[in-house]
Amino acid sequence: MSERPRPIEVTDPVTITVDGRPIEVQRGELLIDACERNDAYIPRFCYHPRMEPVGMCRMCLVEVDTGRGPALQPSCMIPTAPDMVVETASERVTKAQDGVLEFLLANHPLDCPVCDKGGECPLQDQTMAYGPGESRWVEEKRHYEKPIEISPLVLLDRERCILCDRCTRFASEVTDDPLIHFINRGSNTEVNTFPGDPFSSYFSGNTVQICPVGALTATPYRFRARPWDLERTESTCTTCSVGCRVTLESSRDRMLRINGVDSDPVNWSWLCDAGRFSFEATNSEDRLTEPLRRNPDGSFSGIRWSEALTVVADALRGSDPQRVAVLGGSRLTDESAYAWAALAKGVVGTDHVDAQLGDGLPAAVFDLPGATIDDVCRPGGTVLYLGPDPKEELPVLFLRLKHAAQRDGVRILEVTPTATSLTPYAVAGVRPRPGELAAVASVLAGGDVPAEGVAGVPAAELEGVLDALGAADGPVSVVIGRPNLAESAQVVLDAAASLSALPGVRFLPVVRRGNARGAVTAGLAPGRLPGGARLGSDDHWSSTWSTVPTAAGHDALGILAAAAAGEISTLVLLGADPLSDVGDRALVDRALERVDTIVALDAFPTASVRRADLVLPVAVAGEVDGTTTNLEGRVSRVRAKVTPPGTARADWVVAVELARRLGAEWTARTVEALRDELVAGAPQLAGTSWAQVDAADDGVVVDLTGRGFDPGPTAPVPQIDSYSLRLVLSRELYDGGELLARSESLAGLSRTPTVGISVGDAERLGVSDGTALIVRGERGSLTLPARVSSGIPRGTAHLVHRLEGSDPISLLSADEVACDVRVELA
Amino acid sequence: MARFSPDNEALARRIVDRYPVAKSATIPLCHLAQEQDGYLAPDAMEHVAELVGCTPAEVLGTASFYEMFKLHPVGRYCLNICTNISCRLLGASELLARAEERLGVRAGGTTADGTITLEDVECIAACTEAPALQVNYRYVERVDAAALDALIDDLRSGTGRAEEFPPHGTLGLVRQELGPDDLANVTPPGEQVEPVWFARNAAPTDEGAS
Ligand code: SF4
Ligand code: SF4
Ligand code: FES
Ligand code: FES
Repeated sequence: MSERPRPIEVTDPVTITVDGRPIEVQRGELLIDACERNDAYIPRFCYHPRMEPVGMCRMCLVEVDTGRGPALQPSCMIPTAPDMVVETASERVTKAQDGVLEFLLANHPLDCPVCDKGGECPLQDQTMAYGPGESRWVEEKRHYEKPIEISPLVLLDRERCILCDRCTRFASEVTDDPLIHFINRGSNTEVNTFPGDPFSSYFSGNTVQICPVGALTATPYRFRARPWDLERTESTCTTCSVGCRVTLESSRDRMLRINGVDSDPVNWSWLCDAGRFSFEATNSEDRLTEPLRRNPDGSFSGIRWSEALTVVADALRGSDPQRVAVLGGSRLTDESAYAWAALAKGVVGTDHVDAQLGDGLPAAVFDLPGATIDDVCRPGGTVLYLGPDPKEELPVLFLRLKHAAQRDGVRILEVTPTATSLTPYAVAGVRPRPGELAAVASVLAGGDVPAEGVAGVPAAELEGVLDALGAADGPVSVVIGRPNLAESAQVVLDAAASLSALPGVRFLPVVRRGNARGAVTAGLAPGRLPGGARLGSDDHWSSTWSTVPTAAGHDALGILAAAAAGEISTLVLLGADPLSDVGDRALVDRALERVDTIVALDAFPTASVRRADLVLPVAVAGEVDGTTTNLEGRVSRVRAKVTPPGTARADWVVAVELARRLGAEWTARTVEALRDELVAGAPQLAGTSWAQVDAADDGVVVDLTGRGFDPGPTAPVPQIDSYSLRLVLSRELYDGGELLARSESLAGLSRTPTVGISVGDAERLGVSDGTALIVRGERGSLTLPARVSSGIPRGTAHLVHRLEGSDPISLLSADEVACDVRVELA
Repeated sequence: MARFSPDNEALARRIVDRYPVAKSATIPLCHLAQEQDGYLAPDAMEHVAELVGCTPAEVLGTASFYEMFKLHPVGRYCLNICTNISCRLLGASELLARAEERLGVRAGGTTADGTITLEDVECIAACTEAPALQVNYRYVERVDAAALDALIDDLRSGTGRAEEFPPHGTLGLVRQELGPDDLANVTPPGEQVEPVWFARNAAPTDEGAS
């Protein structure tokens, strides 16, 4: 099996004898792990190092003698104790293994030749290695309809199931989605769902990975390949910024499957279904495969790369550097981001560069003292959670936080505008009114609690959180992000500024986009140099580059405002789709209208790409080598497994090539060289050179010591309009984003859009679930069915970004701190 | 059919309150649902799940273990004929065959008029009175062909012995009527020092043991 024992530190060693060999193990660790760590692998089916043992399959029987004579015991249930004598391959053990396998195979159909698992099947492999070799079974086996769909992504063949309880344990223990269960327990036990209630968990794909037989298969991979035809390479998922470790598996240059790898500091082998299955988009027919130029009539024609690059180089050369801007880049590898930062800032000389689209957090958050996921989940710790719903935006982080709260005594205090998936695990929570988070933060950081409460939060609730904070054992960690896209990022920075006064506090900034942190750190942020130093505070780059911007440029919203005012002539979009993602549709529209040359580097024809003058096709995850930086600041390798379609190439290649055409004396021509060039100029990145990252399976965390956090000018507190509801705009995992929309299996999974309102407001308006409501903002209106929820505070309307049939960003305006909407009966 | 009626829902909530952990009420609530509808309907399982705070799959997983929770509608009378060893030696197989023939259904089936569901069951712990059967879990013992015929006639017409048998699903009735003072073990788990029976059955002291 592909799992490995959890890494542990031996703090309380005891000596046991395994197959005549004395070994030193941690007192109380499970025998099965202790033996595996010491090269005495014990076969197993039900035991999984990341779940509680259940002793279900009996394959792990070994002879254990604790002084009372040897007895067969399941090694997955036995904690080690001093002087244990263990035999893992004695005659009795072999006989027991024979017997267990014979029973498991009694009902198991021998359809290996048509089974997807054949070739990587623990049952097949362990039968070969430990089994009797011949079957005495002549009776009829169980029969079930095969396979049944237990979710849109997972199929179950009950005949093959050996009832190991891995999938069901995963569903209840790891994710708390116990939608699959043992049904008809007894001689007809089967795994199944409740009729009409499918296993629609965001993590369902993990059950397919951990099933020790071919009972569970996932639709995107089913019947696509045989395991021995697959080529594998280890990489990092960049679908969101958690950065789970994965294997990319392909056959004949086509990406076919992604599986999780157990990285102890990050994902513990789990993946979310978006990360696991969105590779389908890589193979999409919609991929851009050749450079395109817009014709005067608005159509596009293919051109050659050399011609395309000449056009871009001319546009860059012909513009005043102040009239050039680069938007996007959080999808890029660190090296591509660095190459573009170096091109924009060091060759062209513009600082109007922003990897994020106003929906993340400004570069300043990375100046706060940082915490890793392990720091946040430290047993017994206390966490202030000011982020988005982690299950929707950073799914595996949700699993880690949930585990920490449920099993490691971590106390989560939630400060979010609405309830989240974390709410059931939080010990206390308050719901500040959007736009007024900072006021709550300053109370939490030691201010007085006004009797009338703060930001719509009653004083008693604040006291509750304060008490919990006061009882914290050791420093508090703060998870900080953008729970509400309709609220200015400045509000979050202001809150962080207050909270940074808490003693010993450390921050985990959670921005969703895959490599947002890496892109910002590589220099794709206004006012910053590669490595994160502020403009002017460093002479490495000024001495290396031919030009360095002197004043900080605009951020994304500023760039768009400048463009709309006719101050930008060349706009480069690095995988950015501002039309779909920036919280001000009208502004983006005007901006794209007025720019002379829009150059879009993208893999798909997004709404914004369709407005470009020149489109350059680029490679996506799985097609590029490099490194990525997750939300903690952990730099790990991403690897190329398949070749990009057509002539698409990595973004860094385009930057390097343009630099050459612009006459720069810049010699880096490989990702390795780019990485090392970046690291050489950035003391904060020490330890993350190409060789060091390449050798580290779990990646290398950059220096997380804070350095002069400056939140910038405080956001004004928005006026309350008592006729309106304050908008909370959040994201869901399955939205209409480019990757998901082009992943066949995931595209249909997004929820129907609704407008969420509180129970109180629903009563006032006289509406119930499903009543059609009009949500009216200054910029436009939407008609959506109501969803009444006790997790939404009074005075709040909750919408979800980018769902088919709803376009809430059309309501927003970039210069508002928060957005008020009127909600009325349609 | 059906979620709990308002009365039963109120009773269900009282039952849930008896347990330190709501999920522990799953089986009592399944009994209540079966009492209401004669079987455990899907809607009822969903309602039970809501009331005890788990998923319907967990309720189904629990309920489907127990033969006596019926997941499909059953007849007014559930006729269980034991065919385990003692009964079989004394003619249970023939009784079952006879019942199948008289009722026109196989074991497991329900007569078209919805009166009788016939079941072939394992030992019902009445071996001394074999061959034994149950109607709605009430025993009928030392049954012979004539007695079986008479019983079936009574059940069909709803007269005679049929009047002895309570409706299907009422087996759990007794437990639900517990008064609040009769509750056992209502201390939340965290607060329990030691089980009450430890104190009640205190071990004799060691005095004089030497
Ligand atoms: S489906 Fe697979 S994982 Fe689930 S119980 Fe069966 S064998 Fe185990
Ligand atoms: S949580 Fe994020 S990084 Fe992990 S698998 Fe899902 S999308 Fe990928
Ligand atoms: S691995 Fe130990 S019983 Fe299954
Ligand atoms: S065998 Fe029929 S009651 Fe025991």
